Amino acid sequence: MKLKPVFLAAAMMVALPVMAQSQLTVVNFGGANGAAQKKAYFEAYEKAGGGKITAVEYNGEQAKIKAMVEAKKVTWDVVEVESPDLSRGCDEGLFEKMDWAKVGNKADFQKAAVHECGVGTFVWSTVMAYDGDKLKTAPTTWADFWDVKKFPGKRGMRKGARYNLEFALMADGVKTADVYKVLATKDGAERAFKKLTELKPNIQWWEAGAQPPQFLVAGDVVMTTAYNGRIDAAQREGKNLKITWTGGIYDLDYWVMPKGTPNKDAALKFIAMASSPDAQAEYAKNISYGPTNNKALTKLDAKVLGMLPTSPANSKDALQFGIGFWADQGEALEKRFSAWAAQ
Amino acid sequence: MSASGTELQPFAGATLERIAPAGGTPQALAGGTLAAQLHRAERRRKLRALALTMPLLVFLLVFFLVPLGSLLVRAVENPEVADVLPNTGQALADWDRNSPPPAAAYAAMLADLGGIEETAQAGVLARRLNSEVAGARSLVMGTYRALPLGDNLSADEARSKLIEHDARWEELPYWQTIAKNSSRWTPDYLLAALDFKRNAQGDIERVGAEEAAFSDILGRTFQMSAVVTFFCLLLGYPLAYWLSTLSERKANVLLILVLLPFWTSVLVRIAAWIVLLQNNGLVNRFLIWIGATDAPIPLLFNRLGVIIAMVHILLPFAILPLYSVMKSVPPNYLRAAISLGSTPLAGFFRVYLPQTYPGVAAGGLLVFITCIGYYVTPALLGGPADQMLSYYVAQYTNVEVNWGMACALGGVLLTATMVLYALYRKVAKAELSLG
Repeated sequence: MKLKPVFLAAAMMVALPVMAQSQLTVVNFGGANGAAQKKAYFEAYEKAGGGKITAVEYNGEQAKIKAMVEAKKVTWDVVEVESPDLSRGCDEGLFEKMDWAKVGNKADFQKAAVHECGVGTFVWSTVMAYDGDKLKTAPTTWADFWDVKKFPGKRGMRKGARYNLEFALMADGVKTADVYKVLATKDGAERAFKKLTELKPNIQWWEAGAQPPQFLVAGDVVMTTAYNGRIDAAQREGKNLKITWTGGIYDLDYWVMPKGTPNKDAALKFIAMASSPDAQAEYAKNISYGPTNNKALTKLDAKVLGMLPTSPANSKDALQFGIGFWADQGEALEKRFSAWAAQ
Repeated sequence: MSASGTELQPFAGATLERIAPAGGTPQALAGGTLAAQLHRAERRRKLRALALTMPLLVFLLVFFLVPLGSLLVRAVENPEVADVLPNTGQALADWDRNSPPPAAAYAAMLADLGGIEETAQAGVLARRLNSEVAGARSLVMGTYRALPLGDNLSADEARSKLIEHDARWEELPYWQTIAKNSSRWTPDYLLAALDFKRNAQGDIERVGAEEAAFSDILGRTFQMSAVVTFFCLLLGYPLAYWLSTLSERKANVLLILVLLPFWTSVLVRIAAWIVLLQNNGLVNRFLIWIGATDAPIPLLFNRLGVIIAMVHILLPFAILPLYSVMKSVPPNYLRAAISLGSTPLAGFFRVYLPQTYPGVAAGGLLVFITCIGYYVTPALLGGPADQMLSYYVAQYTNVEVNWGMACALGGVLLTATMVLYALYRKVAKAELSLG
C-alpha cells in the first residue's frame, strides 16, 4: 500500500515527457467553423494516434503570436490565420517556413493555397445574407443592399474598412474587376467612404462572425454581410436564411506554425493530415467552406458542392480579396475608418 | 524538555555575567553618547520598517513601475529605421526633404537592404514605414526580394537601378518618411495620439479632419465617465442613506444584495443586459405591452445601453464608500438642527450632506477612475461612436500590432488622468479629503 504513491509519482515522471511530446495546441476561430474542424481534423488526428490536440480559440489577433515569438516561449503549435496576416507575419519572421515535402504535392492544391509560410486550408466568402421569411423579394446586388427605400430596415456590416469599402464601390456601380484599381486611387477611397456615409445611419456593426445570423434571426437587421459558413450553420439549424452570392469577396484561411514551436514535427504531421483529400472533404460536409485540395472536390456530391463559395455558379460574380492591396493600404484605411465611424 | 531546561541555566548566568561589567561603565564602553545609541536604535527601527514594507515595494517596482516605465519608453522609441538603414539615414541627414534625394542615398539604401541578415528585419522595417506612408510595405519587401540588383554599382547606377525596379523610389513621401524616422527616438506616436503630426519638414501640425479621431475620443472617454459617475452617485446616495438607517442585521442582508452582482463576472452581466435591452428584449416588450411605444426603442449598440450597463456595474463602488461614511455620521446632528428650527430639507442639505462629502468624493473618484479604463462594456454594448480610449489601445495592441501607438495612447490616458486627479486634489483640498 505504501508503495502506491511512490509508484504513481514515478509513473507520472515517466509519462509526463511523453504527454508533453504528443500534445499539440491548435488555434482556430472557434464557432461553427471550429466545430467542423474538430470533427474533420482534430478527432481524426487523435484517432489515427497522432496524440492529443488542445484546441484554443482566438479572434485573429496577431499580437499574441508576436509576443510569443519575441519572448521565445511559443505555446501555440498550429494557428489558423487570415491571408493578410499570413503575408505580413511571414515577412516579419513570425512563422516557420512551410516544409511542403512533408505536407503534400503542391500541384494538388489551388494556386492561392501554396505559400512559403503557410498552407491554405479553406476558401470562404463574405457575402450578403437575409432572412427568407421576412424579405419576399430577394436583394440581388450591392445596390439593393444600399437601397433603404426598397428594403427598409437596418443593415449589418463588419466593423472595419476591409470588405465594406469594396462593397460600397460595387454598390456605386464599379465593376467587380475594377474594384481594387479604383480603390487604390485617392478619389476611389473618397468615393467608397462617401457611399458608406450614405448608408451609415442604417448600419448596425458586427465584430464576431457569429453575430450576423443572430442579428437576422432576432430581426435586428433585414440584410447583413456575413461569412457564408455562418449562414450555412444557421440553415442547418433550420433557419430560413438566404445568401446572395453576387459580389461576394472570397479569401483563404491558412495553417501556419509560429516560429520556434517545440512541436514542429507533430505540427507538420497535423497540417499534412488536415490538407489530405479525405479530411478536407469531410470538413466541407460539415460547413460550406471550399476545400483547397482539388482532389477533395471529387469526393463531394453535387448538393454539397453547390453550397461552396468555389462552385462555378457561386464564384461567377465574386471578387478575390486583394491581399497585396490591403497589405499596403490596410493600416491607413482602417485608421481612416475608425475616425469616420467615431464621428 | 527537562534536559534543555537545565542546560539553559548556566548559559543564561554566563551571559548575565558577561554583560554586567560592560553595564557598569556605560560611558567608557559606548564611546560617548546617548545620542549615538538613540541614533542606532532609530536606524534599527527604520530598517525593520523597511524590511516589512520591502515585499510590497519590490512588488510595486517590478509589476507596476517597470512596466509603466517601459510603456512610456515604447511610446517614444523608434529603432526600426535606425537599425536597418543606418547608412541611408546618414546619407539623408543633410537632405532638404524637398528636392530629389541625393544619389548617395540610393546607393546607401541598396547597401543597407543588401546587408539585412534575416527577412524578419526587412519585414519590421516595412511595417514601420507602411504605418506612416501606405505602400511602403510592398516597396520595401518587393525591392528586398529582388536583390541583388547589380554588383559594384556607382551611386548614379544604384539610383537608376532602384527606380527601374520600382518607379515609386522616385516619389518623395517614402524618402521623407525614412529621413524623418532615422533617429532612434520619435515624438510621432505621442503627437498622433493627440491628432498632431510632423510634416515632411519636421514641423508639427494638426492632422486633417478626416483622420483626426483621438482628441474626440479622449474627450468622449472623460465625458462618459463623468455621466456614469453622476448617475452612480445619484442612485447610490439615497440607497446608502437608507442602508445606514437600518439595523445592522437588515443592513448586512441588503448589502449582500448590493454585492451579489458585484461578485458576478462582468461578461455575464453584459450578456444579461444584451438579453434585456435588445429589440426583442424584455424592456422593449414591456414598453410595447404597456403602450408606451409602438416600435422598439433602440437601447443596444448606442450610448444609452453603455451608460445603463456601466452604471449598474459600477454602482457598488459608489455605494460602499458612501455607506461607510454615512454609518459614522451621528444622527443627532440632524435631529439637533431640526429641533433648533431648521426645516428637514434644509437640515439635510446644510448639516447632513456636508458630513458625507468624503464618501461622495471617495465613491465618485473610485467610479470615475475605474470608468476611464473601461473597455469590454462599450465594446460589446456600444456602437463605433461610443468606444472609449482603451478600445483603441486594445485595437493597436492586438489588431494593428502597432505597439508604439498603443503605448502612446496609454501614456496620454495616464497623463490626462493624473492631471485631472491633481486638479481634483487642488479644488477639493479645503473640505474634502480621502482620509
